[in-house]
Order: sequence, then C-alpha cells, then structure tokens
Amino acid sequence: MNEEEYYVPEGTYWPIIGSIGVSTLFVGFANQMHGVEWGASVMALGFAITVFMMFGWFGQVVNESTSGIYNKQVDRSFRWGMSWFIFSEVMFFAAFFGALFYARELSVPWLGGADNNIFTPDLWNSFSASWHQMAFMAPGSVTDTALQSGTVLSFPAVPASGIETATPAMVVNPWGLPALNTALLLASGVTLTYAHHALRAGNRNQIVGWLVATIALGAAFLGFQIMEYGHAYQDGLKLTSGIYGSTFYMLTGFHGFHVTVGVIMLTVILYRVQKGHFNADNHFGFEGVAWYWHFVDVVWLGLFIFVYWL
Amino acid sequence: MKKLAKVVASVIALTSTAVFSEYGLNMTKGVTSISRDIYDLHMMVFWVCVVIAVIVFGAMFYSVFAHRKSKGAVAAQFHESTKAEILWTLIPVVILIGMAIPATTTLIDLEDTSKAEMSIKVTGHQWKWQYDYPEEGISFMSNLAKSSKNSLRKDIKDKPENYLLEVDKHLVIPVDTSVRFLITSNDVIHNWWVPAFGVKQDANPGFINDAWAKADVIGTYRGQCAELCGKDHGFMPIVVDVVSKADYAIWVAKEQAAAAAAVASATKTWTTSELMTKGKDVYETNCAGCHKKDGSGMPPIFPAMIGSPIANGQASEHVNLVLHGKGGMPAFKMLGDADLASVITYERNGFGNTGSVVQPSDIKSAR
Amino acid sequence: MTTATASHDDHHHGPEKGLMRWVKTTNHKDIGTLYLWFAFSMLLIGGALAMGIRMELLQPGLQLMDPHFFNQLTTMHGLIMVFGAIMPAFVGLGNWLIPMMVGAPDMALPRMNNWSFWILPFAGGILLSTFFMEGGAPAFGWTFYAPLSTTFAPDSTDFFIFAVHLLGFSSIMGAINIIATVLNMRAPDMKLMDMPLFVWTWLITSFLLIGAMPVLAGAVTMMLTDRNFGTSFFDAAGGGDPVMFQHIFWFFGHPEVYIMILPAFGVVSHIIPTFARKPLFGYSSMVYATASIAFLSYIVWAHHMFLTGMPVAGELYFMYATMLIAVPTGVKVFNWISTMWRGSMTFETPMLWAISFVFLFTIGGFSGLMLGIAPADIQYHDTYFVVAHFHYVLVTGALWSIIAATFYWLPKWTGRMYNEGLAKVHFWWAVISVNVLFFPQHFLGLAGMPRRIPDYSLQFADFNMISSIGGFAFGASFILFTYIIVDCIRNGKPTTSRPWEGAKGLEWTLAPKADYHSFNKPPSRKLIEAESQHS
Ligand code: HEA
Ligand code: HEA
Ligand code: HEC
Ligand code: CUA
Ligand SMILES: [Cu+2]
Repeated sequence: MNEEEYYVPEGTYWPIIGSIGVSTLFVGFANQMHGVEWGASVMALGFAITVFMMFGWFGQVVNESTSGIYNKQVDRSFRWGMSWFIFSEVMFFAAFFGALFYARELSVPWLGGADNNIFTPDLWNSFSASWHQMAFMAPGSVTDTALQSGTVLSFPAVPASGIETATPAMVVNPWGLPALNTALLLASGVTLTYAHHALRAGNRNQIVGWLVATIALGAAFLGFQIMEYGHAYQDGLKLTSGIYGSTFYMLTGFHGFHVTVGVIMLTVILYRVQKGHFNADNHFGFEGVAWYWHFVDVVWLGLFIFVYWL
Repeated sequence: MKKLAKVVASVIALTSTAVFSEYGLNMTKGVTSISRDIYDLHMMVFWVCVVIAVIVFGAMFYSVFAHRKSKGAVAAQFHESTKAEILWTLIPVVILIGMAIPATTTLIDLEDTSKAEMSIKVTGHQWKWQYDYPEEGISFMSNLAKSSKNSLRKDIKDKPENYLLEVDKHLVIPVDTSVRFLITSNDVIHNWWVPAFGVKQDANPGFINDAWAKADVIGTYRGQCAELCGKDHGFMPIVVDVVSKADYAIWVAKEQAAAAAAVASATKTWTTSELMTKGKDVYETNCAGCHKKDGSGMPPIFPAMIGSPIANGQASEHVNLVLHGKGGMPAFKMLGDADLASVITYERNGFGNTGSVVQPSDIKSAR
Repeated sequence: MTTATASHDDHHHGPEKGLMRWVKTTNHKDIGTLYLWFAFSMLLIGGALAMGIRMELLQPGLQLMDPHFFNQLTTMHGLIMVFGAIMPAFVGLGNWLIPMMVGAPDMALPRMNNWSFWILPFAGGILLSTFFMEGGAPAFGWTFYAPLSTTFAPDSTDFFIFAVHLLGFSSIMGAINIIATVLNMRAPDMKLMDMPLFVWTWLITSFLLIGAMPVLAGAVTMMLTDRNFGTSFFDAAGGGDPVMFQHIFWFFGHPEVYIMILPAFGVVSHIIPTFARKPLFGYSSMVYATASIAFLSYIVWAHHMFLTGMPVAGELYFMYATMLIAVPTGVKVFNWISTMWRGSMTFETPMLWAISFVFLFTIGGFSGLMLGIAPADIQYHDTYFVVAHFHYVLVTGALWSIIAATFYWLPKWTGRMYNEGLAKVHFWWAVISVNVLFFPQHFLGLAGMPRRIPDYSLQFADFNMISSIGGFAFGASFILFTYIIVDCIRNGKPTTSRPWEGAKGLEWTLAPKADYHSFNKPPSRKLIEAESQHS
C-alpha cells in the first residue's frame, strides 16, 4: 500500500465479542466465588469467548499486516500503543510494590509501636514487629497492659484457626531458587535479543533456535517458581499468612502470570516466524512481544531485590 | 406554606450579618486553644481568598461590561506578557507562604500530645462509642439516645431538643485539664469529632491514634462520627460534658461505685423475667441497629434473630459468638456479665425463640 | 493523500446503515457520539439518584428510605457521575474533536477505540445491577474505604470490583488511543506547540489516566483478594493497614479529579478567545501550567487523609504540595481573564457557560485551598464544606465545560444551530439554581454537618431545604437542556462551516457538518498557522 495514505479499518465485531467475553468471565467468577453452582461454567464460557476474540482479532490484524495494507504510520501507532500499555502494566505492579513498601516500612513497624503509634502494640498483646513473620495476631490473645482498660479488642477478620508462630526469616532463601530464576530470566532476555538480531539479519534458523531457547528458559522459570511455591507452602508461608504472605504471593503470582502470558505470546511469535510473517524491517509483532518480555524481566529484578533479597 | 415562609426567612437571614451566628453559618470558635487557632486560620485564609476574588472577578466583570462588542469594543491583539506572567506566578507564591507559616505552627502544636495530664481511650463500634478511663478503671458505652431513636420518623415539630445529638451516657472530662484521647476502632473506620475542641481524628481498627484537648469553658459539647462507617453512620453522636475538677472527682467516685455494684450483681442468680426485661433494654441499645428491634434483621448481611439456629441452639455457641464476634458481627466483650446474660436470654426467648436461659455466671466462665 | 480501507473502499465515505453501524463502528465521530449519549444517560441516572438524596435531606427525619439505601444512593451517585458521566463525556469530546483539531482522518487505533467504548455499557450494567442484588449496591462511599468495603460489605461488592476493573480498562485503552493519535496522526506540519489547548490538555490527561487507573485496578484487586482469598493488605490483624488502602486509592483518586478538570480547562481555552475575538493569552504558559498541575497531582494525594494519623512530617509535606497547585491554576485563571481583557466580547450561550465556569470553578478552587490547610481541614473534613467544594469544581467546573462544549461544537457535529433564546433561558435557570443548590452547603459544613448522613439535627434544617429546592430546580433544568439538544438535531437551522465569528481552529475549516472522516488530506502549514491559537 502507498506510504502516503491513511489507513482506516472498517467496522468490526471483535470488540463487542470481547466485551461480552470479559463480562461473562467476570460475572461467572464473582458468582463462583460466592458458591453459585453455575459460576464456574459461566466463567469458562466467558474465558472461551475471550480467547476466541483474541484469536479472531489478532488473526485479522496479522492477515492485514501480511497482506501489506499497513504503512509506517500504522506501525508507529502500534508502537505507541504497546509502549503505553506496558507503562500501564508498570503502574499496576507499582501498586503492589507500593503496598509492600508501605507495609514493610510503615504499617508493620507501627503495629510494633514505632513513630507516633506508641500505644498501638497494647491492642495486640504488646506485639513486637518483624517483617518476615508469617502470621500476626491470634484471636483472644490480646490483653491490655499499659492501658489496663479492662477491655479487649479482637478482630473479626483473624482466621479462627489460630496461628503459626514460625518466624521464617529465611523461608525463601534468595540465593537458592530465586537466584537461579533470576539467572534464567536474564538469560532469556539475552537469547531473545539474539533472536532479534537474527531476525534483522534474516536468518530464519537462528531466529527459531534463539526463540525456542527463550521459551524454554521462560518455561523453566515457571517450573521452578511452582517448585518454590511448593516449598514455601510446606514451610507454612501461605497467601493467608499475614501481609508478608499477601505481598509475596500477589507480587510473584502476578509476575508469574505475566511470564505465562509472555511464553504464550513467544510461542505464537515462533509460529509466525515459521510462517514467514516477519521480515528484516517489518516485524512489529516480534518487537512488541520482546518489549513485553523485557518488561517482565525488569519486574522480576525488582521482585528479586525487594521481595527475596532485602 | 409554613415551610415556604421559613425558607424565605432564611434567605433574608442570609443577607443580614447579624443573624449569621444564630443560623450557624460559620465554623465554631470552640473552647480550646487549638480550636481557636484553627478558627483564626480559617478566617485568615477565607479573607485572603475574598480579597483575591474581588480583584480577579472585579477585573473579569469590568472586562465583561466594558469590552463588549455591542459597546463598540475593538479587540486588541496582545497575547503575551512575560512580565505579567512572572508577576502572577510570584505573588501567589508569596501569599501561600504567608498562609503556610501559621498553618505549620498550629499543626505542630495540635499534633503534640506529650503535655497530657490524663488519657481516655475512645473506641468506635458500629454504631456507638466506647469510653475507657484506664487510670480510673471506668468503662462504658455511649449510644444514640432513645429520645432521638424514637422520633426518627416523627414530624419536625415533634422532634426532641438535640435531635440526633444526644446520647444515653455523656463523656465527662475536667475543665482546664489537658486530656489525651487515644482513638481506635473495633470494626470499621470511624472518626471522633468534637468541633468545639478542634479534635477530629480517625479511629482505625488495629491502630491507636491520639489527639488532645484542654477545654477551658465548662459546658456540654456535641459532635458526630465523621467517617462513613456503614448503615447508622449518621446516628453515632458524641456528647462531652466539661465539668469543674471537683464535679469530675464526684463523677468518678460515682462511676466506680456503680461498676463495683455491677460486678456484685453478676454473681447472683437472676430470674428469667429480670433477665428478659434488662435484656430487651440491652438489645435495643446494642443489637437492634443491625438485627432490628423486632428481630427481623436485614438479611443477608445481618441475620434475623427470629428462628435463628444459634439462638435456638447450644447456649455456649451463642455466648461465644456474642463475646467474640464473627465476620461482620462485632465482639461484645466490653459489656458486663449481667448485660450479656440478659441480652442473650432475651434473644433466646424473645422473638418466638425457644432457647435456654443464660446466667451471668455462665458468661463469666465463658470469658 | 487519500484514505484507504482494508478492503471495501466504498465503506469509508459514509457510515453503514442500521443498528450494526453503532456496534461495529470504528469511526471517531460515531464513537464520540456513542460516548456522549452514554455519558448523558448516566448523568440522568446519577442525577436521579442525587434527586433521591436531596429528597431525603429536604427535612430532618427519615422520610423516604432506610439509611442503608441512602448510603447506596450516595455511593452510586458518586461512582456513576465520576466514572459514568464526566469521564466518558470527556472521552467523547476527545474522540469527536481531537482528530479534527490535529488534522487527522480518525483516531490512531480505531478498532481499539470501539472496544474502549463498548466495554462501558457492560461495566455500567454490572455496576447498576448491584442495586438488585442481595445486600444492595455498594454503600461504602465512592471512595470505598477498607474495611467497610472488605470485611463488612455484601457479596455484591465483588461485582462492583469487576465493574471498576472494566471501567479502568476502558479508560486506559482510551488514553492510549489519544496519545497515539496526538503523537502519530497529527498533521505532519503541526508542531507540538501548534496544537490547540484542548488537544494539549487531553494529551496530558491521558498520561494521568495511564498512570492512575492501573493503580486503582491494583487497589480493587487487593480488595478482591482480601475479601475472598484471605490476604491481609488492609487488615491490621495480618500486619496490613486500612490506611494503606486510602494511600493507594488516593494515589489514583487525586489525579482522577484532575483528569476531570484538565480537559475542561482545554474547552474553556477555546471558547473564551472565540467570543472575545482575541487570541488566547499566554498559550505556552497555559501548556506549562497544565503540565505542572498534572505533575503536582501525583504528589499531593494524602491531603484527603490529614486525619488518618499520618506522622506530622507527612502532613506538612502534603499541605505544602497541595497549596502549590494554586499557582499554576491561578496562571490559567489569570490568562483567561487577560484573554477577555480588551477583547470585543459577545455573549452567546457557550461564552456564558465559559465565563460562569471561570467564576464558579475559582470559588471551588478557593475552598479547595482552604481544605488544603491541614489544621483547618480538621474542621472541614467529611463535612458538607467538602461536598460544596467538590461540586463547585465538578458540577460548575467539569460538567459546566461539557455543557459549554456541547453548545459550542454542536453546530459542527450536526450542521445545525440550536435555539439561542431557549439556550440562554436554560443557562440562567441552571446557573442560579446550581448556586442555590450548592452554596448553602458551605454553611452547613462549617456549622458542622457531616457528609454521607441520611438525617441531621435540627439546626441544619433551613439550609438543607434551600439546597434541596435548588437541587430540584437544577435537576429540572436538564429537561430543558434535553429539549434544546434534540430540537437542534431535528429541527435546527443549517449553519455555515464557521458559525462563530471569532472561532479559530482546524475543525472550523471542515464542512458545516463535519465529514465522516475528518481530514483525508493533512492540512497545510499555512492553514495550521492561520488557525493556531497563538497567532
Ligand atoms: C475537578 C475536580 C477537583 C478539582 C479541580 C479540585 C481542586 C482542588 N482541591 Fe479538591 N476535591 C475534589 C475534586 C477536585 N478538587 C473531590 C471530588 C474531593 C472529595 C473527594 C471525596 O472525599 O469524596 C476533593 C477534596 C479535596 C480535599 C480533601 C478534603 C477532605 O476530605 O478533607 C482537599 C484538601 O486539600 C482538596 C484540595 C483541592 C485543592 C487545593 C485544589 C486546587 O486544585 C484548586 C486550585 C484553584 C484555585 C486556588 C483557584 C484559582 C487560583 C487563583 C485565582 C490564584 C490565586 C489564588 C491564591 C494564591 C489563593 N480537595
Ligand atoms: C462528578 C460529578 C458529580 C455531579 C455532576 C454531581 C451532581 C449532583 N450532586 Fe453529587 N456527588 C459527587 C459527584 C457529582 N455530583 C460525588 C463524587 C459525591 C460523593 C459521593 C460519596 O460521598 O461517596 C457526591 C455527593 C453528593 C451529595 C452528598 C451526599 C452525602 O454526602 O450523603 C449530594 C447532596 O446533596 C449531592 C448532590 C448532587 C446534586 C443535587 C447534583 C446535581 O447537579 C444533579 C443534577 C440533576 C440531574 C442531572 C438529573 C436530571 C434528570 C432528571 C430530573 C430526570 C431524571 C429521571 C430519570 C432518568 C428517570 N452529591
Ligand atoms: C454491627 C452490626 C451488628 C450488631 C450491632 C450486632 N450484630 Fe449480631 N450479627 C451481625 C452479623 C453481621 C452477624 C452474622 C455473622 C456471621 O455469621 O458471619 C450477626 C450474627 C449474630 C448471631 C447469630 C445469628 C445466626 O443465626 O447466625 C447472634 C446470635 C447475634 N448476632 C447476636 C447479637 C447480639 C446479642 C448483639 C448485641 C449485643 C448483636 N448481635 C449486635 C451484626 C451485628
Ligand atoms: Cu462511625 Cu461513622
Ligand atoms: Cu485531591
């Protein structure tokens, strides 16, 4: 198509299908959480519709791209779109990192009486704070000491099952699996860059090789992550183990989810490479996924430093 | 028609400064040094804004009247002036610094609770306040007064004085004494606000905030919960009596005697009808907010007492649930043994239920 | 240059027929129209809820509803107005105007544009459906503080959470699209500093959206797991903190209020020069001021939290930072007034709305500044003083600019002129009643009336009655507004392509009713210069 022309697509059904898909997914999920029988199946249906939409929509874009109706301007629009999408993801993770810093630097010390909260520990049986503990306050264990008020607070939200008192400062040793995983992900960033170079050089076999390596490294990462979850669970670190467990699992969990998505996207790219969709100077699909993968990489570095190491 | 007349009257009132205070147009000056500092700050910033407004809007309206096309105004074409822009960036900065200085000193002063001579612990509950005097060993709940509760749906002229601003038991503090309030909550976030003291502080569950007040005028001061805390957020007022130091000592002695009597009464065995009568009272003050006066509750959030499996089942479970709470059901440990025994008995035998009778001694052993 | 479509070349010249046109459309004008009608219906629904609030507050006592339902009304009113009415209305305006203003044929990512819109009715539907669920709609305020919204809220809350996820997703996609359009579809000869202010303010707003909305998504996700999966982000018993929720919420929430006002500044910066027949004063300082406000908006969030027990140093910092926002906002106000100064003014309806915007928004800004003084906020916080503040900036600010924009660009959208006489009647009706509605709320707040209460003590009776009566009058003004708009679309007199004598901007070079695809050929440098705001 002529470089000088604007590209304007015609009408499309995919978005409305997507809206129906994600709403069905969410409505099903909400019902499932509330123990409604049909919740899970509606959720699955919504998921299926969403996946169908993605196949259809992306498929259409791929077709249009390979049939050459896009121009440089469209390519740039995609680039702007993808980069700001990734930025929005960064901000999503920022919310959870913010929660981590806040809890670690402020709320947990405050519960232990830091700053202007000198009286607070009296609500909690003279609780003393430490970050790596897996559970916090036991119900009914609270006695007022300094206040001697004869009254006791108890918090309905405390799980009635009681409390594990282990202080697993090192449940997760950063220099075991996490360090290995760091190495894997960093290596995958390198292999992906090699794939990109190969793509620029137009060497299909090399691209495939490097891509397969990247996917394998990503998959290995996921495998080790699951193993590590298993260890942590056995040692008593659970999603329900207080704020440490909450931030640990939510951060690593969302990251793991993003790695999974990344691996799927890389696999699609591998397929498209084999189909010959890309050439040396027109391969935004590849680059978009590569950006995404690097972003997931960087998030992991943050996780490694702030969740595991420090 | 009467209403209309009233509206007209208040519109007229708006135009005459003399009645401003009567209609409560402005912030209260209050009875503590802090509240007066706040009032002064408020008025200072207000007048600065008024002056700016007069200048800015004056210029605007002058322009609107003078530079209109119908008067033959021809548009000038200037559209920049670095000098003017710098000027109207710098002048506001200077004004703001002028405001920030007194604001800073007031803020630092009101956050400094180290001068306290006594402490009172204030705990928010859905939807009432609990006050503890740790040194004196006094503890009580303060609920919206019956007079207000019963007239919620009544016509305006049938409403009691201090409608919604009266409680069944006032907080009492001595005059000219610096009191530190340790504020926390048992469930959701509440906010303890007494305008006349210049004290408004969130009550966060699990944390203790503090604030202080040194009231220098004897009197009764009223406030309200100032953080949305659920259904009856609008119905948990605060009333504080500031009394002379001598009266305060008398009050403390009386409260301590009453507390001792309550402990004594918990050891005796009560008759069912005694329990039921007292229970109804306790129920209506403490439980009816959620479970409704007639025990119908507000399912699914607040279960009905009528036919409740717990109220008709094992007494020990019922006692446990009320003592320790569960989910949205608050713990009621702070009530006395007799109160708890009677309210539980009332729930188990009122509303057509057929549960057993619970004695204060049962509660004591269950604690 | 010409326009090409994927395959059928005949489609892009005009819209498809029938209902499916609206479902499938990738056209910025169609999507803009959808957004605007959606926002308008939400405004009516949110307004109807507000009428319920004012009805209950007409007199002391519980007349109409139980307190739990009142809380649902308040909460849903806030949510619907913010997420359903104001934000979509601005996205609609952006869709309609930005491609025309930057000399582009359409938005950069038209299919995604369709999705941004078509998520909204679903999200809105889920949100509204909570009214009919057990336990009722959200009743914890539009700020949904934990733990009232976590441990103490009904199951319907999870639907609310997902609705917020969807709304956020829609806003993020919308913002991405606007950034890509402005940066990539702009006419090649248009420099950034040639862009009209509405485009500038929207570009900057997009960055606020992309930075803030994902944080909101994070907040509701934590709520979701706290509610259903046993995490303890907002629960002190597990080492979390309910106040942490407020930090995360307001990190979103404060930029959010500027998301609702920056495009309004843009609109007003178009209307005032037009009717003053004079170029906008201080174009570049307007751009810098907008950027500074956006930057500052990210670092002042805790001024909503002065009473949560923050350490003093934190309070002082947030107080100073908040006060600073008055400076760039002041620059804007002064620039608007200097634009009017020695102009040649006429007062058609859009100008009336714009001038009253400057006046009333500034009043709202002053009360905002007062709230920003931390010690004084002790007495203001969570009273009707705050309610008065934010309605002055939101209703007579954001909503005002949307109405102004509607009258100003309606001729371009429809090719027809509205009834000027009726429109003036509507303006005076609205501007008087809105002040009767909200001004007395300042007094109520200062005298000590807390917000979010269904009933109040007797000393607040008079002002509440005045406020309610003003509210009903203001609500009724929307009936006239609807009539004027519908009448214009149906029976309006055809206009010229530049119906306002002093109007400048590329959109006025298009046909009286702008073509389906705005610019098939980028405008020339000469045209851009002639139509730019700083010449
Ligand atoms: C469009 C939305 C909007 C806008 C623009 C603003 C603008 C401002 N707001 Fe407001 N605000 C809200 C929407 C908005 N706000 C909402 C919705 C809430 C309540 C949320 C809730 O709790 O539900 C709120 C609450 C709120 C609070 C919390 C109150 C409380 O709960 O206790 C505070 C406190 O600092 C505040 C401050 C400000 C300030 C300083 C500005 C400034 O930007 C104003 C700046 C403007 C001016 C000052 C006027 C023009 C300037 C001049 C003419 C120059 C010269 C002036 C001087 C030197 C004084 N706002
Ligand atoms: C964003 C914009 C926005 C807008 C435009 C409005 C518009 C209005 N708002 Fe509100 N308001 C908020 C945002 C907004 N508000 C927020 C964020 C809150 C805080 C919520 C919280 O505390 O959590 C709030 C809270 C709030 C309160 C405080 C409630 C409380 O604390 O308990 C009140 C009380 O008077 C109020 C009133 C009004 C009124 C009378 C209008 C009027 O301007 C409305 C005008 C009327 C209409 C537009 C309706 C016209 C239509 C008809 C008459 C026909 C309708 C019929 C059918 C559709 C069948 N609003
Ligand atoms: C803040 C609102 C609130 C107040 C006040 C309240 N309750 Fe409850 N109550 C609840 C909620 C919520 C539940 C449901 C708890 C659950 O099962 O998760 C409940 C459950 C109960 C039950 C069990 C009912 C059943 O069938 O499951 C009993 C008994 C009970 N409350 C007694 C009381 C008594 C006695 C009082 C007063 C002393 C009281 N409640 C005050 C909210 C309240
Ligand atoms: Cu307690 Cu509001
Ligand atoms: Cu703010």
